[in-house]
Amino acid sequence: MTANALLKSVAFYALVAVIVLFSVFPFYYAIVTSFATGTGLFEINYWPKQFSTANYEAVLGGRTFPRNILNSVFIATTTVVFALFLAVTASYALARVRFRGRALLLMTILGVSMFPQIAVLAGLFELIRFLGLFNTPWALILSYTIFTLPFTVWVLTTFMRDLPVEIEEAAIVDGATPWIIITKVFLPLLWPALVTTGLLAFIGAWNEFLFALTFTSSETTRTTPVAIALLSGASQQEIPWGPIMAASVIVTVPLIVLVLVFQRKIVAGLTAGGVKG
Amino acid sequence: MTSANSAQAGAGLTLLQQRQRAAFWFLAPMLLALFCVAAWPLLRTVWFSFTDTSLNDLYGGKWIGFDNYLSVRTLESGRVIYRGTLVDPAWWNAVWNTVRFSVVSVTIETVLGLIVALVLNAEFKGRGLVRAAILIPWAIPTIVSAKMWAWMLNDQYGIINDILLRVGAIDQKIAWTANTDTAMYAVLMVDVWKTTPFMALLCLAGLQMVPRDIYEAARIDGVHPVKVFFKVTLPLIRPALMVAVIFRMLDALRVFDLIYVLTPNSAATKTMSVISRENLIDFDKFAYGSAQSTLLFVILALFVSLYIWLGRVDLSGEGGK
Repeated sequence: MTANALLKSVAFYALVAVIVLFSVFPFYYAIVTSFATGTGLFEINYWPKQFSTANYEAVLGGRTFPRNILNSVFIATTTVVFALFLAVTASYALARVRFRGRALLLMTILGVSMFPQIAVLAGLFELIRFLGLFNTPWALILSYTIFTLPFTVWVLTTFMRDLPVEIEEAAIVDGATPWIIITKVFLPLLWPALVTTGLLAFIGAWNEFLFALTFTSSETTRTTPVAIALLSGASQQEIPWGPIMAASVIVTVPLIVLVLVFQRKIVAGLTAGGVKG
Repeated sequence: MTSANSAQAGAGLTLLQQRQRAAFWFLAPMLLALFCVAAWPLLRTVWFSFTDTSLNDLYGGKWIGFDNYLSVRTLESGRVIYRGTLVDPAWWNAVWNTVRFSVVSVTIETVLGLIVALVLNAEFKGRGLVRAAILIPWAIPTIVSAKMWAWMLNDQYGIINDILLRVGAIDQKIAWTANTDTAMYAVLMVDVWKTTPFMALLCLAGLQMVPRDIYEAARIDGVHPVKVFFKVTLPLIRPALMVAVIFRMLDALRVFDLIYVLTPNSAATKTMSVISRENLIDFDKFAYGSAQSTLLFVILALFVSLYIWLGRVDLSGEGGK
């Protein structure tokens, strides 16, 4: 290896190191902070010095945070199931049946996924009050449909479009109705796509903040992002950084595990919408 | 659908018509759901913006025309008074903040995203590890990353000030999020950290579609790599890049949670979404806030149409087929 090539490869790995450090450091530092208490919290430590679980005990032993976690799990799961159920049949129609206005319909669905959420906030607020759902999980399940449904329909449509025509033709020749085709022929083939879109929709619902902040009003109905954002100490001036970091780590670790386990599927799902064609 | 039913239907209809009928019923629930959560609330928001509705009395509003947007009144003395969002300096400050935030953040993210994607597109040991690492900021909820960075950017005990002091880049501690001069930098920093991975992944998907033999040919011809990047790679991934940029741009233009949590109540960073929600919910100016969110929607719609038209972006994914 010449000196020049060596220099190049050193520079390359230095760049790689910077990228990794920059990506991982803030989360690493949150973990370090979450294990520190008392005065240890206000010393700047680059390496973990304390290992106290006091912050975790404070958060998990508190009155509301465990409840907030349950809320988030329930809301995100129900939202995903609801969106996938509606999206599977709809995307079959969009991907497999030729009809007039199909392209326009697809563009409209994509348009809805780009909606600024604030633009529907006033109208949704009225609807939720009208239905009597204010301050219940159903208010959030209903409103999260606005971003999970278009997205799942869009991604499932692109996946379904790529499935071979022959399978469907064979089923039609055998006299299968469209409903049979979806449930018996396509659904088994769609599992990987369903996992991907389901995961992405779950992450979206788990992380959502604006609707959750606006449509809940009591501590026990909040989801975890709202709880973390509004976590306050004994006085206004005193921000409880230790418990905040512990709560942050608690809600983030499951997501990071999920993302790392399903890495390939998630990358495929993220890019399926935009970069095809 | 029973078999007798479908046999009967099959008698009068062609297979295509039968499938189209089924397609309609498959689409109906999804369309109904989208109508309820998107179209109807949007229409109601627009309606509210032309009334004087208040938060506590949603059905008591009267039609007041464009007064929430702009009203002109001439007093007897001859003085003309303009009121409404369109002459509200706070609104225009929010518009300016949003535009500045979106343009700067998306530009930085695109450049960094491309660099990261180029790195990941090269073959080296530990590539999987790097890809896993860059997914971490993407997976962390925005609220959590805002809080994490708020702690790191803390003026007294923050690690960022400590690092910068040690390196000698600053000579006294900076109150990043509280100071009006630096609040926007703080927000940009966090946003770039959080969303560059998304950009990188989309760019990477584009890069992976560029055939490897092009690079091989360029190398044999002795073309400089930088020239190859600008003359070959960049034009080839342009469509993917354009789509990635518009998705990010739309996200940035409606940014809410990061700013709400990281720099609460700072006029230096308040965006259109933040100011709209403030009026809608916190300040009991429901109709006024509706007018602002309607304006935000109009601005976004104009931007998207212009972008698709000028950039000739094919979003449907059907173009190549």
